[in-house]
Amino acid sequence: MNRLSRLFSEKSRDILNVYFTAGYPALDSTVPVIRHLAAAGADLIEVGMPYSDPMADGETIQQSSMTALQNGMTLKVLFEQLSEARRHTDIPLVLMGYYNQVMQYGPERFVQAAAAAGVDGLILPDLPAYEFQRDFRALAEAADLQVSFLITPQTPDERIREIAASSSGFLYIVSSSSITGGSSEITDRQRAYFDRIAALDLPNPKLIGFGISDAATFRTACEYFSGAIIGSAFIRALKDQEDRVGEATEDFVKSILQPSYS
Amino acid sequence: MIHTQIDERGYYGRFGGAYIPEMLQANVEELRVNYLQMLQDPAFKQEFDLLLKDYVGRPSPLYYADRLSKHYGARIYLKREDLNHTGAHKINNTIGQILLAERLGKKRIIAETGAGQHGVATATVCALKGLKCIVYMGEVDIERQAPNVARMRMLGAEVRPARSGSRTLKDATNEAIRDWINNPEDTHYIIGSVVGPHPYPDMVARFQSVISEETKWQLQEKLGRDYPDAIVACVGGGSNAAGAYYHYLNDERVRLIAVEAAGLGVNSGESAATSQLGTEGIIHGSRTLLMQTEDGQIVEPYSISAGLDYPGIGPLHAFLIDGKRAEAISVTDDEALAASLFVARQEGIIPALETAHAFAALDQMEYGPEDVIVICLSGRGDKDLAAFSAYLESEPLA
Repeated sequence: MNRLSRLFSEKSRDILNVYFTAGYPALDSTVPVIRHLAAAGADLIEVGMPYSDPMADGETIQQSSMTALQNGMTLKVLFEQLSEARRHTDIPLVLMGYYNQVMQYGPERFVQAAAAAGVDGLILPDLPAYEFQRDFRALAEAADLQVSFLITPQTPDERIREIAASSSGFLYIVSSSSITGGSSEITDRQRAYFDRIAALDLPNPKLIGFGISDAATFRTACEYFSGAIIGSAFIRALKDQEDRVGEATEDFVKSILQPSYS
Repeated sequence: MIHTQIDERGYYGRFGGAYIPEMLQANVEELRVNYLQMLQDPAFKQEFDLLLKDYVGRPSPLYYADRLSKHYGARIYLKREDLNHTGAHKINNTIGQILLAERLGKKRIIAETGAGQHGVATATVCALKGLKCIVYMGEVDIERQAPNVARMRMLGAEVRPARSGSRTLKDATNEAIRDWINNPEDTHYIIGSVVGPHPYPDMVARFQSVISEETKWQLQEKLGRDYPDAIVACVGGGSNAAGAYYHYLNDERVRLIAVEAAGLGVNSGESAATSQLGTEGIIHGSRTLLMQTEDGQIVEPYSISAGLDYPGIGPLHAFLIDGKRAEAISVTDDEALAASLFVARQEGIIPALETAHAFAALDQMEYGPEDVIVICLSGRGDKDLAAFSAYLESEPLA
């Protein structure tokens, strides 16, 4: 069974999905970050494939991507690192990147390499829905990879239904119309948007991302859907921590999860 | 005859499309469903034509360059886009897009700029319409195009430096896209070239098509035939070329010459000759030819000309070059500088560094003495005086 399917069948709330950029802060940080995220209680990990021109990401992720590329990160190295990480943990792994990376690697070769490295899902924000349906969906399904799509406050209900119907993966609910790393407060307008999505009564698991940066915003997001995605805040916590990546990772996860246990 | 119109998803053959994150979808979709209808609306056309005539100063002359013609042994005509208000072809597109933005009810305009010509043209139309204007420009370009930065500020625009990557046009474009994602309702993004997601390449080409529309009747008046044997234009993203080719795309009597910036040399590692160095991929929402690594990372281009310093080309040009409808020629920094000086002294016209690349291509082309060649003189060189001055200092005293 796909590890994502298993996670969502076993856990329907308070799911913590942490994003980090592969190869950041150091090239060999990928495996320890994954292991310590899993050990500290993250439920799901989104591994960013660093890209030179990350259109949907903010400055924090762009900077970490540039560092990772300068560190020597490539898809070949990444797949080796993920295979290594997979020997130590069974946590679901989702790869996030841009479609040009997949295109240059070769879509079929890419999904096969990802699956072989123990990846469970993909997020490719700039892959158009029609191209997904026409070319990519069958490849991903054959490799048992679940593809997640983004939904924003501007996405009309009809399009949300179409996206939900075409995607086996969780829905990535973009909390506001802002790029990653933005503000940390959830507004009334966002709450109204979450209510609108909830009212559509879609079967897909839903995680909120963008602007989730601390325990408080994480808890609020969890009131609405199955869980939330934290990215830029974790990248900031890893900055300059190459010598104590494990500790910094565990400290960060605790700062998100422990207040909710108190 | 090749099919040069886009299909319903915005593809020229396999180039084009809209590879955008969902955060841009609503804005791009709003444009896509509205642009053709608005462009064809008689009231829109009337306002567009009137502004082009009375504000921009169109039609731009088609000038027979006598001394250049004698020197090269061909009949050379210059399409004088440098005489437009603001000094380049860029304003044809910004006039069109500001009218569109107005009709869509947008209050805030953003743009990216390389050489600053598009930024100035955008700041100009925003002043004309009283709309807020923010222009993203790479830090390196802010330095090498200082006069245009001052002009934009004079016109009331805010110039925001792009500090990531190579700090040039590509990075300014990334920043503008981010701004649009963060401002999904009140903002229109005026892209300056035939790049970006559908419908931009087609929309910008249509606004620039006035160049070839005029060329047709101007040639008819002068020569009794409405087509040249060749059209030469520089290509960064490719908007002046798209406009200069547009009404001749399906006229195979007309050779289309696309001139790219070779920088220090095509194989020097410091170049922007995309059609030679590029492979198929996705840049700024469009499937096209771009300079990239094996892993799909976009490579930083180089050219002395800020307007040609872009690692991709518009999907129309990728399609034309791939289908052998257009011929690509590349010209180095030094060849372009030499051409600037030569044209200045032969014709009394100082061309922009971008345009100088098109002139330099004459040295590499083959043609007969009766051949009619139209060069799109896309912009004037005032903004490049610093580069020209440095070049003049290196020139041996005669």
